[in-house]
Amino acid sequence: MALLQTVHLEHLPQSHAIHVALYQDIKNATFLQQQLLAGNTDFEYALIDAGVIVSKRHAFAAAYRAVNDLLESRLRSRNVHSEIVFSLSPNNNASESFRRFGITPSTTNLLIIKVTTPSSALTASEIQSHLTSSIEGEQVPFEDSILQQLTDVPRVKKIYKLNSNGGGGKKNGQLNGTGGDGLSISRNGEESERKELELLVLGAMALRGVTN
Amino acid sequence: MEAVHPSSAAPETRVFSPIFKYPSAAAPLLITQGAEALLYRSTYLLPSIPCALKYRPSKPYRHPILDVRLTKHRILSEARVLVKCRREGVPVPAVYALDEAAGWLMIEWIEGEVVKIRLNEWLKSRKEGNVADGVDAGELLDLMTRVGSAVGRMHAIGVVHGDLTTSNLMLCPRSTEGVDGDAEAPKMLDGDIVLIDFGLASQSQADEDRAVDLYVLERAFGSTHPRAESLFGGVLKAYEKSFKGAGVVLKKLEEVRMRGRKRSMLG
Repeated sequence: MALLQTVHLEHLPQSHAIHVALYQDIKNATFLQQQLLAGNTDFEYALIDAGVIVSKRHAFAAAYRAVNDLLESRLRSRNVHSEIVFSLSPNNNASESFRRFGITPSTTNLLIIKVTTPSSALTASEIQSHLTSSIEGEQVPFEDSILQQLTDVPRVKKIYKLNSNGGGGKKNGQLNGTGGDGLSISRNGEESERKELELLVLGAMALRGVTN
Repeated sequence: MEAVHPSSAAPETRVFSPIFKYPSAAAPLLITQGAEALLYRSTYLLPSIPCALKYRPSKPYRHPILDVRLTKHRILSEARVLVKCRREGVPVPAVYALDEAAGWLMIEWIEGEVVKIRLNEWLKSRKEGNVADGVDAGELLDLMTRVGSAVGRMHAIGVVHGDLTTSNLMLCPRSTEGVDGDAEAPKMLDGDIVLIDFGLASQSQADEDRAVDLYVLERAFGSTHPRAESLFGGVLKAYEKSFKGAGVVLKKLEEVRMRGRKRSMLG
């Protein structure tokens, strides 16, 4: 299976594809961040520190919101790719969201999301070959099992302010056996805790910008 | 949120208001319709992730500016309350996404059935089996206990539901081992309680508001079956233990019972 994953999200047009790649132990984070800061159009990617990503769904949710906002012409940042990073944020502070979720010189594990649209149509293999030539690191499958090993859970809880009441751990997994989500059915405590963390994160993201 | 099977649903229930400009793998399915909102079963992100989609269509009779404001306000307040509940460990559906301008809220799909239906089925099966009232009502009492502590937990964090009926309590089957098994599940009233429909919910610590929640729920149980109402004490017992101020609320409930849900207009 190709390491670069291409998906079409529900309720988004077929013409807007989401491509996702995951890298470990990258060596040129500084260079990559500089390309973003310089506005190099060859590097139109959402470059996300994988340490703050809980699951595939978490990443897809950010992409969904950004593309939806793109289609509704209400991007709050420069382009759809920076918007994906901003979408991860629980608040409206864009520059803070780039610091927290985006690539930094110290990033070692990197999640890359690329949105292709009719006006910037690239094939998956073109994207893959550009990534291969520009990212110094080991590409690994974009899978929950791998993402989970990379997540800095305390950091995620801090960013999304989920610490005060044990956020997630408290109800001992007796909540909501959400069957049929396509994920594994068997769930031990740790797994349901992870699941709960993901749902709390999605809620915090959905409420971003909710003031009224 | 009763199970509506696509095969049994009339074709017109599939007609989909233009909530989304772009389709999903399967068309959203209309589940139920209230005065304010339409509830669909749809999918979030991937075809494998079901979600409940609550859509508040605009009301042609309202002034357009007011209409937008009301819709926006209601979506946001429902989402905020749900997120708060979930964060504090109250069993409610998780929030996935929302678009207050477009008027929709996407939340976790909860499997199972509402308490009202399950309770009616249970009562019916007992009647058919000629079980006398009061005999072996432990299962029902157990359900009442779970309801009482769920409501208590919600009140404890400063949220009142505003429309607490047996149709807004879901019974969600516990982790499905073996999925198919136990055709005639011996425990009809088993499952986790999940509170749904926070469209009228608000953040309040007032004993009055809490007592009205309980009163409405009591009446809802009572309208299902007199037997159920008499067992409502089970709800209150569990409720009383669930947070510090619960005792005061129960006192208040007696007052509310005397006069009904609305405050007296006299004096």
